[in-house]
Amino acid sequence: MLPNLHPRQPRRVGRKSAAAVALVASTALVLSACASDDGAADDGSSDGDQAITFIPKQLNNPYTDVVLGGGEDGADAAGFGASEVVGPLEASASSQVTFINAETQAGTDVLVIAANDPDAVCPALGEARDAGAKIVAFDSDTNPDCRDVFISQVVAKDVALIQVELIAEQIGGSGEIAILSATANATNQNEWIEFMEEELATNPDYADIELVAKVYGDDDDAKSFQEAQGLMQAYPDLKGIVSPTTVGIAATARYLSTSEYKGEVALTGLGLPNEMRPFVKDGTVEAFALWDPAQLGYVAAFAGKALADGEITGAEGDTFAAGDLGDREVGEGGVVIVGPPTTFDADNIDDYDF
Amino acid sequence: MSTIVSPEKKAARPRWQNALLSRDAVMVAILIATIITASAMLPRFASPLTVGFLLIDVIPVLLIAMPMTLVIIAGEIDLSVASTAGLTSALMGVLWQSGQSMVTIVVLGLIAGLLCGALNGLLVAGLGLPSLAVTIGTLALYRGLALVTIGDDAVADFPVEATSFVTSKIGATGIPVVMIGALLIVLAYAVVLHMTPFGRGLFALGFSTEAAKFVGVKVDRTKFWLFVGTGVVSALAGIFWTLRYSSARSDNASGLELAVVAAVLLGGVSIFGGRGTILGVVSAVLLIGTVNYGLRLERVSDVVLIIVTGALLIISVVGPRIAEGVATRWRGRRLRARVSPTSS
Repeated sequence: MLPNLHPRQPRRVGRKSAAAVALVASTALVLSACASDDGAADDGSSDGDQAITFIPKQLNNPYTDVVLGGGEDGADAAGFGASEVVGPLEASASSQVTFINAETQAGTDVLVIAANDPDAVCPALGEARDAGAKIVAFDSDTNPDCRDVFISQVVAKDVALIQVELIAEQIGGSGEIAILSATANATNQNEWIEFMEEELATNPDYADIELVAKVYGDDDDAKSFQEAQGLMQAYPDLKGIVSPTTVGIAATARYLSTSEYKGEVALTGLGLPNEMRPFVKDGTVEAFALWDPAQLGYVAAFAGKALADGEITGAEGDTFAAGDLGDREVGEGGVVIVGPPTTFDADNIDDYDF
Repeated sequence: MSTIVSPEKKAARPRWQNALLSRDAVMVAILIATIITASAMLPRFASPLTVGFLLIDVIPVLLIAMPMTLVIIAGEIDLSVASTAGLTSALMGVLWQSGQSMVTIVVLGLIAGLLCGALNGLLVAGLGLPSLAVTIGTLALYRGLALVTIGDDAVADFPVEATSFVTSKIGATGIPVVMIGALLIVLAYAVVLHMTPFGRGLFALGFSTEAAKFVGVKVDRTKFWLFVGTGVVSALAGIFWTLRYSSARSDNASGLELAVVAAVLLGGVSIFGGRGTILGVVSAVLLIGTVNYGLRLERVSDVVLIIVTGALLIISVVGPRIAEGVATRWRGRRLRARVSPTSS
């Protein structure tokens, strides 16, 4: 079709009625979209209770879904009147800001956020705090000035050490290894990688292990898959891959299980038992680690409640009750630790369902 | 230049009636209807906070949509805009770390954008390559350069005066101060497109390059400056982005090019070139911004949100086509009906 070559006059009537059609249709669309949601919002705000909103790094991420599941359970148990989950579709630095703004305006009492970028969310969180919201960071910290407390899965160093331990064991203590991480700016992954590098460099047990590459799958399944493939081609002597992200380890396991490297190249890192089960059973993966992500959301909800009620301020030494999990204490820098990581292997993986 | 009169001027109806029924008027009406609807149905929507958050959200798209409108009207496209903004952001970070002053950084950032645009312009106008292919290439190239420039780092310690200026509001109105600058750019582009021979030449160019040449449009020079324009304005958007989020990183503004093109098309600019107005595009940018903000305020999932934006775009493109088809058939039947009695 070459519509711009036609003379224009014969179309005039058509364009006007067309415009009218567009007007009616678009307005109807907008109206229905607004109308269908109006009721739901009223249910949430009319009971006058405190409201909590979770802003994950991105929606539709299996790990995040488990964290948020725990968060909503925690919000119910802690006594929030309303709990919501909003978030961007892609984990880019600035994508969370509009959601924070909307929540600020909605007058939400507690914002629980896993920051894609520790600084990019700060100005928006500042406005939310000015409007009276309490900020709980979880999973991935913001700049400490921008939040009240940070709920950390585990001590960062423990997460790094258990992964180094697992990979060293699986490759027999010597050889080349690579790291397949999430995004290049991911706060938590970078912290673990730093500890891993430090441990590899200083611990004499690991003197024969050489970290040859760090690649980034951006927590995107296809990209992680391709990065794993690229690693195998670039480093033919590679003995093992550490992937400290659930998306990365699952994609890498899928690649390895269908390639000639299955069972030859070790893979460990942080994975979800439900996603990794087939690869543990078929021998692609020997063992991997993780904490229970649901507990992370659960504790975050209780921390938010304690902050909103004024029971704690996020100062070091504050303690609050985290429902079934008992008491938690706020440590140095406003950090709350949920618990130690767990190792999953063929013997225990069937005991977990997340 | 009198041969390139826009078709609206030859209309049989009175001018005011045409203006009322034009695509622009419809876009403005939809925008106003949406704002009224949102204010009536969303309890927290009508407030200065909304004005502030909403406008500051749409500024990058609004800025880049201006030169993009001209480029698309001229029958070309520039997909490298978001990467140019990203490269500018990365450059800002590195320069700030090396201790340059804010003024130097902004100037160098704009120069970087100018160079990016000039490269696109040279490839398209100088070598006569298709802009779609060229700018898909530079989309990757500029993003790659951004990564090389700043690597995996993020620079976040920009001076508070600069970052708070960018997010500051005009008194109690909630309107961001930078909106004034954005409006000036919108006005400048509106004047260039609708009130200058250069602008009329763009419409001619969009209809037919050959014809435009015959009536004296300097095709290559025009195209070159269009791309320089998108480059500089994209750099400006990159600078705004960096200071607004106080974070300079290589992946800033990624994907923004598609949001811009979507807004421009929704605003009634023909993807084949030759048709479009600044008013329509500004309305479309604000419409998308309002719908997005309103739905987010109601915590509608982003999954639904992109469906709504996509549907709006499709309706705006397909709707007029269907109506045209119906009208043509109807006119044809009427014509036959008038002819047949005399022939029988």
